[in-house]
Amino acid sequence: MLKPGEHKRNKWLTPYLLLLPWIIGILLFRAYPIVMSFWYSLRDFHPIMGDRGFIGLNNYSWLLFRFPSFWRSVTATLRYVLIGTPMVLAAALFIAFILNFKLKGVNLFRTAYYVPSILGGNVAVSIVWIQLFSANGPVNQILSVIGLQPISWLRSETFAPFTLIFLSAWQFGSVMLIFLAALQNVSQSLYEAASIDGAGKWKQFVSITMPIITPVILFNTVNVLLRHFQEFNAAFLITNRGPNQATDFLNILIYEYAFVRFQFGIASAMTWLFLAAIGLLTLILFLSSKYWVHYSD
Amino acid sequence: MSIRKKINAALRYAILIAVGFLLAYPLLWMIGSAFKHNIDIFGNLAILPPPGRGTLEYFPAAWQISHDHTMAFYYVNTLRFLIPRVIGTVLSCTLTAYAIARFSFPGKKIVFTLVIVTLLMPELAFRIPIFMLYRDLGLIDTFASLYIQEFFAVGSFFVFMMIQFMRTIPRELDEAACIDGCGPLRTLWHVLIPVLRPIIITVGLLTFMWGMNDFQGPLIFLNSPDKRVLSLALRGLLQDYDVTHYGQIFAAAFMGLIPTLAIFFTCSKYFVEGAITSGGKE
Repeated sequence: MLKPGEHKRNKWLTPYLLLLPWIIGILLFRAYPIVMSFWYSLRDFHPIMGDRGFIGLNNYSWLLFRFPSFWRSVTATLRYVLIGTPMVLAAALFIAFILNFKLKGVNLFRTAYYVPSILGGNVAVSIVWIQLFSANGPVNQILSVIGLQPISWLRSETFAPFTLIFLSAWQFGSVMLIFLAALQNVSQSLYEAASIDGAGKWKQFVSITMPIITPVILFNTVNVLLRHFQEFNAAFLITNRGPNQATDFLNILIYEYAFVRFQFGIASAMTWLFLAAIGLLTLILFLSSKYWVHYSD
Repeated sequence: MSIRKKINAALRYAILIAVGFLLAYPLLWMIGSAFKHNIDIFGNLAILPPPGRGTLEYFPAAWQISHDHTMAFYYVNTLRFLIPRVIGTVLSCTLTAYAIARFSFPGKKIVFTLVIVTLLMPELAFRIPIFMLYRDLGLIDTFASLYIQEFFAVGSFFVFMMIQFMRTIPRELDEAACIDGCGPLRTLWHVLIPVLRPIIITVGLLTFMWGMNDFQGPLIFLNSPDKRVLSLALRGLLQDYDVTHYGQIFAAAFMGLIPTLAIFFTCSKYFVEGAITSGGKE
């Protein structure tokens, strides 16, 4: 125990002591790995066969110019990100818009819609998803009810990505809750002025609400984008990366090169290209936010 | 209420219920199919088994999920990394958030910026060197490899969430304790923890749920069959695919989701509030 006077003297140290676990964590599990990862990416490095030396940017040039699978994986990832992200955001915003009307049972719906977000990544859900989209599964049953031909979802390069996109859209609930909280914070007086002017609900939403919640739209967009970029479980389990790499997302390709082939140099270079892509997209979003995000006060 | 308003309200409910049903259908269908005979599962949209044809036949085989072990074994294995992970996350994130939200000190801005930067960085950026680190420390194929990090506040998302929550608590509360002569740890324990209870529960629950879903971590860091966790065991169902055993697959998937569903529905309040806090304004 500290003596009375001692306590005061060491006061400046207190926050650093409280932060000690975090400081160790950020050095050991964040800073050190990120530096090492870059170091590996410049080497022909295999954890079992050993380090066969510095090879400069060869890993990068091999990936970019002599490894077509990498580009197919980039295409698959971008397709998933660029279709999935707007779908999740649109569904979330639309349902939040409806729940924002003073309806009875809002809490019940809020909770129910959130369930898929909690379960989405579970292996059990992936198992169910395979059955849902199987040849005789419910999804094809619905298609036949409305008079369409069944689709072999998991075997088609065109449709396999959509089974995963649907799974992601199914989990719009957590994003929706954040939108809803933002909508509920929009001051009622703004609407009263508008409804005197005779603006309809939808028009009010577009011209009054949307600008106010643009910071939250940016927040959710970045979040959903990052989540889509890192998709692993569903593509690994449901479509098994195929067919023909149509769902071979970068996270899985990196996993394969790192932990199946143990080509740490290649996998690290791929990780850095992946980070660069994410960084670039996030940067574009933040830079563009100057033009479309409105910060009040 | 005018007729137009009534129609609008009815329309909204119709949309909400339709969307709700669409979201619930995959889960309801899974649960229903766990009680169906194989021949009743596909080729129709029914959730429930046809009248009089429900069966529990597939549950025993589903419970015996691998050759050597029942599901109970894999549940226990999952808890062996998940319980320490929850404890580590809650402890380290609370201390970190407390330091950032309640103290001013040189370097605080840098600390907060680093929390945000790591929040935006994907886990996979660090994975390969961490694997090497764990290999050198002899942690590969141990449950510790799935929770050690969490004792060092690497969950920036939770740190951020707790900072947001702490900012809503008036400072007078801990300042009063300070006058009474409480040190920082005692202030945290006696004054703040009781107020922080909801957010601590949320952080613990979310860590638990995400851990139940964690598949990639166990896939990379665990090898031996006796350390397999539930997510890996469930994946086994897809590997030795036996076309005649659909009932078994659904029963296993259902049982695999029961803990998650049960926890969600008993604590749904904390999840919903947690999701809202995470999007909290600066």
